[in-house]
Amino acid sequence: MCGATEGGLSLDGVDVAKEAVIQGQVLRGQDPVPNAYVRLLDRTGEFTAEVPTSATGHFRFFAGDGEWTLRTLAPKADPVDTRVVAATGSVAEVAVAI
Amino acid sequence: MSRESSLVTAQWVEDNLDTDGIVLIEVDEDTSSYDKGHIRGAIKLDWTTDLQDQVRRDFVDKAQFEALLSERGVSNDDTVVLYGGNNNWFAAYAYWYFKLYGHQDVKLLDGGRKKWELDSRELTTELPTRAKTSYTATEQDHSIRAFRDEVVAAIGTQNLVDVRSPDEYAGRLLAPAHLPQEQAQRAGHIPTAASVPWSKAANDDGTFKSDDELTAIYTEAGVDWDKDTIAYCRIGERSSHTWFVLKELLGQDNVKNYDGSWTEYGSLVGVPVALGDERGDA
Repeated sequence: MCGATEGGLSLDGVDVAKEAVIQGQVLRGQDPVPNAYVRLLDRTGEFTAEVPTSATGHFRFFAGDGEWTLRTLAPKADPVDTRVVAATGSVAEVAVAI
Repeated sequence: MSRESSLVTAQWVEDNLDTDGIVLIEVDEDTSSYDKGHIRGAIKLDWTTDLQDQVRRDFVDKAQFEALLSERGVSNDDTVVLYGGNNNWFAAYAYWYFKLYGHQDVKLLDGGRKKWELDSRELTTELPTRAKTSYTATEQDHSIRAFRDEVVAAIGTQNLVDVRSPDEYAGRLLAPAHLPQEQAQRAGHIPTAASVPWSKAANDDGTFKSDDELTAIYTEAGVDWDKDTIAYCRIGERSSHTWFVLKELLGQDNVKNYDGSWTEYGSLVGVPVALGDERGDA
């Protein structure tokens, strides 16, 4: 199924066909990072949204079509920027290593 | 008001965890966040159930607010220190709400829960117990709360500050991007409103920028410091953050928060709406 994520956050109740989903997991080595913050920056670098990661290190945004940057903040780590392209009707999966 | 009287650091909070007369309160968009771990001694307010009327779209009334704080063990004389996730969006909302009902000594933890976590400071799941009090609120202070008619009247005459993200302002998104975008109301912004996303006022770790930096940001965006100001967002929480900056940190007079915000304005029949990145005409 489009949007299904192995071990990720449930998309139950969300009409994925209408959303440009960006989601993924923050990892330190092999370990999920549950107390990280992921910021979504638009194509001009402007802040758009931020979420804390789940207990399994997962995060999700409902963005729009186009290029975005994920900026990940976590204790005892430098910020990490990751570029991602989102498109309505699809789920962009991102793994962030800190 | 000033930064010194309205903002405290994470270190100050840690140093005062056992000080009598200080009540820590966590308010989050994710209302389960507190239950997973909170600052020791902090109580929780749920913005959806504790602070909103459960039938009408409005706040709890004076008597309900008094009953709430009495039951949670907050006294009129207490120093209330608010913090939360999302860079203090909902903590700032609660700060404004406490001011609306006349609480004297309210402060925000600079950076909120994120700063506390990024500093690797301790969180606990232990629930505090507080003795009940007899709290007395004032009538709502409408000098800090804007309603829809005065917002429409402010088009082209007062500072309207739209604090949502640029894509929400332009009408390319209908909600913050951590929420599903399916919404009933129209997209866009109130004509003549300046776009100053709330996030411009905060550093990446959620702490507020310096007074000089903040003044420059709003001046550059075209805020006329000699005029009254109304801040709005989608439901009034991010604009509480900006209200806090303009009123409490920078000490501006006559700053109001429009808690109806875009979910009300964008559903009104017949009002003007501007699309795109430009302000639009009155």
